[in-house]
Formats: sequence, C-alpha cells, structure tokens
Amino acid sequence: MIEAPDLSLGALAPFLLVFGAACVGVLVEAFAPRERRHPVQVAVALTGTLGGLLTTLLLAGERQVTAGGALAVDGPAVFLQATIAGLGALSLLMFAERSLDPARSAFVAAAAVPAGSPRDRELMTATRVQTEVYPLTTFAIGGMMLFVASNDLLIMFIALEVLSLPLYLICGLARRRRLLSQEAAVKYFLLGAFASAFFLYGLALVYGATGSIRLSVIRESAAAQAGGGVLLVLGLALLVVGLMFKASVAPFHAWTPDVYQGAPTPVTAFMAACTKVAAFGAILRLLYVGFGTSEWTWRPLVYGIAIVSMVVGAVLGLTQTDLKRMLAYSSIAHAGFLLTGVLGYGGGADGTALGVSGTMFYLLAYGLTTLGVFAVLTLVRDGDGEATHLSKWAGLGRRSPLTAAVMALFLLALAGIPLTSGFTGKFAVFRAAIDDGAWPLVVVALLASAVAAFFYLRVIVLMYFSEPAADGPTVGVPGLPTTLVLAVTVTATVVLGVIPGAVLDLAEQAAGFVG
Amino acid sequence: MTLTYYLVLAAILFTIGAVGVLVRRNAIVVFMCVELMLNSVNLTLVTFARASGTLDGQVMAFFVMVVAAAEVVVGLAIIMSIYRTRRSASVDDANLLKY
Repeated sequence: MIEAPDLSLGALAPFLLVFGAACVGVLVEAFAPRERRHPVQVAVALTGTLGGLLTTLLLAGERQVTAGGALAVDGPAVFLQATIAGLGALSLLMFAERSLDPARSAFVAAAAVPAGSPRDRELMTATRVQTEVYPLTTFAIGGMMLFVASNDLLIMFIALEVLSLPLYLICGLARRRRLLSQEAAVKYFLLGAFASAFFLYGLALVYGATGSIRLSVIRESAAAQAGGGVLLVLGLALLVVGLMFKASVAPFHAWTPDVYQGAPTPVTAFMAACTKVAAFGAILRLLYVGFGTSEWTWRPLVYGIAIVSMVVGAVLGLTQTDLKRMLAYSSIAHAGFLLTGVLGYGGGADGTALGVSGTMFYLLAYGLTTLGVFAVLTLVRDGDGEATHLSKWAGLGRRSPLTAAVMALFLLALAGIPLTSGFTGKFAVFRAAIDDGAWPLVVVALLASAVAAFFYLRVIVLMYFSEPAADGPTVGVPGLPTTLVLAVTVTATVVLGVIPGAVLDLAEQAAGFVG
Repeated sequence: MTLTYYLVLAAILFTIGAVGVLVRRNAIVVFMCVELMLNSVNLTLVTFARASGTLDGQVMAFFVMVVAAAEVVVGLAIIMSIYRTRRSASVDDANLLKY
C-alpha cells in the first residue's frame, strides 16, 4: 500500500502559480491567433510570476517541510523565492519591450529558419515577434524557485534541469547576430550538460555513502562518520562543482563570457540576476543543511574557489573591450564575493549565521543592479543592434546625460561605492566572513574589489571625459516596460544603499534553515 | 563484495565520458559522451540501491532517464539549428565568441 505524501497546498502555491502560468503559456502558443499572442503571453507570464511573488510574501515566517520531505519552506527559501519571482517579473518586462528595436523585438521571428538564408533576411525586418520565449522563461523561473526550496538532492537535480533547459534555448533566440547567439546556446548547453552530469554523479556517491538523498539525513550521517567516508567527500566535491558551474564561479566559469555576450541582452540580464540567486540559494542549502555538521569537508574547497573567482573575475575583466563580456567577468568576481559570505557560517544554521543573511541581501542588491545595467545596455544602439563595444560609449555623457548618469550609478553600485546597494551588500558579506575568522579572504576580496573598481570607473571616465565619435550610437527612447525596470532598479540601488536597515533586518529574520 | 565491480565499472564509464567531452570535437559525439556519463550514474545508483536493499536508487535512475531524454530534445534542437546554418557540427568551427 502506497501512502500519499503530505502536501501543504498553501506552501506550494507559488510553484503552482508559476508552473501553471507556464503551462497556460504553452496552450496559448498552440491555440491563440498569432497577432494576439504577444500581449496575452506577456500578461500570462507576468500574472504567474507576480502571483508567485505575492503568495511567497504571504508565506513569510513559515517554517515547514512538505511534499513528503522533499521541499523546505523556510526563511531563506521564501526570501530567495520572492527575490527570484520579483527579478523574473522585471526580466519579463525587459523581454516585452517593443519600442527599442526597429523590428520591435529582441527575439528572432522564426528560430528554425537558418541564419543568413533568404527567408531569414526577409524576416529580419518583419515586425513579427516570437512568443515561445515567455512560457520558457516562466518555466525557468519556476525551476529556480524550486531549486532554492529543495530539501532533497533529487528534487535539486530536477529543479536544476527545469531551470537550465529553457535557458539553453532562449540563449539562442537573438534577432540580430544570430550566429553568435546560436554559438552561445551550443556552448552553454554542452558545458551545462557536462556540469549536471557531475552534480548527478555526486548525488549518486552521496546516496551510496549515506543511504539517503534527504539533506537532513545526510547531515546526521555525515556527523556520525567522523573523518568522513571517501565516497561522501568525493560526492560533496562533485555536487559543489555542479552548483558552482551554474553560479558561474571561476574556475568553472569558461562558459560565462561567451554566453553573456552571445545571448540576447534581456536574456543575459535574466541569467545574470536570477540564475545567480537560484544557484547560491542551492549552495547555501546544500552546505549549511546537508553538510553543516561537517564544515571541514567544504570549507577549504570554498575558500580556495572564492579566491580564484575574485582574482580571475577582477583581472580578466580589466582586459575586456566589450561591455557585455566585461559584465560577465564582473559577475564572476561577484560570485567570489558571494562565496566570501557563504564562508561566514558561524557554526550554526539556526538563524545566527550572518553568512546566510549577508549572502541573501547581496543577491537581492546585485540582482537588481545587474538587471538595471543590462537594461541600460539595451538602450544604446547602432545599425546592428546594441552597441556593446566600449569605444562606442565614448562621450555618452554629452549626448545623453540621463542614460550616462543611470549607467554611472549602476557601475558605482557594482564597484561597491558607499551610498549604493553594492557597498551595503559587500559590507554584509565581509562582516560575516570576518566574524568567522576568514579575514585573509576578506583582504583578498578588498584587493579584488579595488582592481574591479578600475574597470567600472574606466567606463564612467570614457562616458564623461571623451569626445563623442561622429558616427556614434543612438540612444533609444525606452517604452513603458524598460522605463519601469529602470525606475525600479535605480530606486532599489539607491534605497538599499542609503537606508538598507529594513531589508537587512528582514534578511536576518529570514536566515534560519529548517530541516 | 562483488558489487564493487559495478561501481568501478561505472567510474570507468564516467571517466571515459568526461574525457570524451574534453577531447572530441563533434558536438554530437560530445553530447553522446555526456549521455554516457549519465548512464554510468544510473549504474552507480542501481548498484547502491542493490547494496542497501532499498528501491530509492532505482527510482532515481528513472528520473535520470526522463531528464536525459528531455535534455536530448533540447540539445539536438540547438545542435541542428547551428548545423543548418554552418553545415558543420564541429565545436571548433563555432569560434566567433572569444576574448
């Protein structure tokens, strides 16, 4: 006799809404007439994600394990799910922008038509838009929300795939520079599948070592095996490799610059913001809940990876001439800073760990700033789409003072200058690391921040203190969706920098894992 | 115990797959190597399920198969689209994105 597992539908409501909206989106794609699809798809996707955000907010303070122990609805899960749903809704708005590109969409009209063929050139100027991207993105958002709440390695793996597979596809859907976009999709797919195979082998080894894939059982079993079995440590290492890949942490970052550059800019924004939140949510849960009692197994590993990531991101970022690639290396450096926060374990997952609240705050602040910076990138265009080469941005401060000022604000926030959200975030994670005695790491992090600040400031100097080129790019007038995204991200970047108290308190209250 | 042989075999298959991903140049072959890695994980899972006398590992193997099938659909679609443009599935030819 098989007993049905306990399902707390209230706690599952966010997933049901988001996945429900994704399924409805697939049906709309099949049955709605082509000319009506775009507004309907945008409305369905936004309803799903905003509904998900609202229901997650109602779950604040909930602490339970449900769905037969597979899902944990606790502080970090709810906080990060709300972050993902909110950032996801903003990304969807960027996807829906129709007034910047002359062809009225950043996405290819027909992905199956070979790039460069006569039919493709014909469609290049057609105002037809593709709408499959909305259900795909909604599935990815649902997968990310599941990823941060999974209390069991198998669910974590399924969520990893549910978030990755749509991402591989939407990377290849750019309307312009289609070869680059398709190349990005192939690279992301092959390396992503490679990394998930590592995650899976780690899962199998941990299952062999502990007889379970439930994080709480792994925790007890790891505590009992003092000295840790070879299988357990090897399994943990492989799991961490799989997750670090998704979080684009060096040395598992090889895909990041190529994919960030090749993918359509709104998709890059979505990946940079939401995937990072989801991946770090899973890393925190795996390390703190699953291996919290055997900290010695992962601490040296994460310590080393954090240093490599910060140094690689900051140093290679200096040499970039393309803004999207530069931001990719910046994202690698930021992944290192986030790992600094993960190390602030403080010996307990019971809400006292500064690392959890610091990392969560950093993820929220970084996600909003990154979305904003990519939204600005979509505005500055030349004949072939977005003008992402650094030289094109020379003198933008004269030509379009407002755009340059907004860009400068986001770059200062990424550099971590006081009175921006980036500073508060860095302060929170560094304090957590110092509390746990990892001050050498913080010294490295500060040096890396200084190096990284150079390449952000270089863009600002270029915008304000260079003569604009005669054949420079034009600055598009954003439609309502992008304006909304910019307004929200600018406000958040300033507010989280000037008066971060309320959100920091919220993150601290939400820092206790269950299970 | 004889089950060790299966684990060693799975580890060897996983290694062959991983090395294949790193050295082969055709996207389809790279992808097949990834599938080999996933199947070696299945063998590991089933072996551990046998060793522990529970069914969990076998159920997980089914999940892995379903996910692998979904991955094939997405992967072949992406590889097809790039092949139709370039008439080549070599990962060395796709080299526009660098530095």
